[in-house]
Amino acid sequence: MTREGIKGILDKHGGDRFGLIAILEDIQHKYGHLSEDSLRTVAEKTGRDLNDVYAVATFYRAFSLKPRGKHICQVCLGTACHVRGAQIIVEEMQRQLGVNAGETTPDDEVTLETVACVGACALGPIVVIDGGYVAKVNTEKVKRIIDKARSGEAGPVNMAERPTFPLKVNCPRCNHSLMDAQHHLDGHPSIRVTMAVGENHGWLRLSSVYGSYALEAEHDAPLETIIDIFCPHCHGQLTSATNCTECGAHMVPLIVRGGGIIQICARRGCKAHMLDLDGANI
Amino acid sequence: MVNLTINGLKVAVQDGSSILEAAKFLGFPIPTLCHNDGLHPYGACRLCVVEIGEGPRARMVSSCTHPVQEGMKVRTASSRVVKARKMVLELLLASCPQSKVIQDLASAHNIRQQRFKQEHEQCIMCGLCVRMCKEQMVAKAISFRGRGERRSIGTPFDAKSEVCRQCGGCIYVCPACQLRCTYSDPSKVICGGCANLTPPCVGKNESFDDMMCYMSPCVACEIKKD
Repeated sequence: MTREGIKGILDKHGGDRFGLIAILEDIQHKYGHLSEDSLRTVAEKTGRDLNDVYAVATFYRAFSLKPRGKHICQVCLGTACHVRGAQIIVEEMQRQLGVNAGETTPDDEVTLETVACVGACALGPIVVIDGGYVAKVNTEKVKRIIDKARSGEAGPVNMAERPTFPLKVNCPRCNHSLMDAQHHLDGHPSIRVTMAVGENHGWLRLSSVYGSYALEAEHDAPLETIIDIFCPHCHGQLTSATNCTECGAHMVPLIVRGGGIIQICARRGCKAHMLDLDGANI
Repeated sequence: MVNLTINGLKVAVQDGSSILEAAKFLGFPIPTLCHNDGLHPYGACRLCVVEIGEGPRARMVSSCTHPVQEGMKVRTASSRVVKARKMVLELLLASCPQSKVIQDLASAHNIRQQRFKQEHEQCIMCGLCVRMCKEQMVAKAISFRGRGERRSIGTPFDAKSEVCRQCGGCIYVCPACQLRCTYSDPSKVICGGCANLTPPCVGKNESFDDMMCYMSPCVACEIKKD
């Protein structure tokens, strides 16, 4: 655990005095637990008293001050799960893992925890492994769940490790390709258009990877300004009748090769976009 | 000034004062445990409960944390209040029977039975030491930690505090640290010694002349000397 890593998290939160729980959540998410050093750093950097930080960290069950295993196995003991026999699931888990609830296996692989309610009472008894829900658990399923937890296959889809999804786009006016194979962004050919902001005209390259907001531009446009985008081939302005649902700026339509249309917000810094692969809204 | 009625007496007290302050000022006794004049009210012990309002809308509030309001009707010793206080005391006595402060309060409130299991807790979570450290000693070395039955008072990580000056203020105000006298049967839950007021030297031929006595000040020795 590095002090730099925690400083990064604190910078993200703007170093204000509020949002202590959000800061602690981020640290716990990154390092798995809250170490003494990290709490001292948080207290020091946010100007809080260590007593207060420690009181908050020990108050909430969601925070762990002890190092936890690589995989977190949470058994719901809420009322609905309890009446459906969650206690038997916990006992079976304890027997198979050889640890009590709240403890970590000696190989630091799995931490068994009990939680009060995970909010999916209709699916109980529920076991949550690394954030992935397993519904209607019975004792026969426990072995499989533990194997799954140990293999690391459980858990929600990690957005960072999701396969990349590059798009190829054309101009909606002249249907010329806007892809620039010479310049890569995020490891894929970039989308090249012409931009105009105020008096400045120049090129603009956008990442073609869906979900990435990386871009390069000839002229630096300040955040919040609306940029006019033109096709470098037909020089027509790329604008659609729809407005951004987030900020109200006009949207820039691009034809997705293979069928469909993607519209991106023309405001610098606004991440709103609409992807319509069927092209029903063209 | 705020006009209110305490135990049927129409009074006017200063704005912003609590019911406890008003009642104490006017001479109505309200027992307290977690209250200390130099510290912020905390409302932990619930011993200072009073009844406010009338008829079906009457409710119990902790007088130390409840500010006075215009036209408020307060009863500091109604049967409901006395019953609640006795229950609170009985519960406190169950959690910490070794405390002199609690035993004295129990004696004063005529508690003669103890229906709950004795826990012999080290702490009753009154928060006096935490507030003493923070507000009077301006150190903030200790605080509450954890929650529910795992709640405790101490320094973060149980480490030696850098801000603690070992002033002893926390121990000074602690009601659980002040041990009850052990003269009467220590195994008895309710000490009751102070209620019965039988000095230890009475009926004995031994001389306790200048020895420190837990009853001090006490008239028994004076009587003997004479």
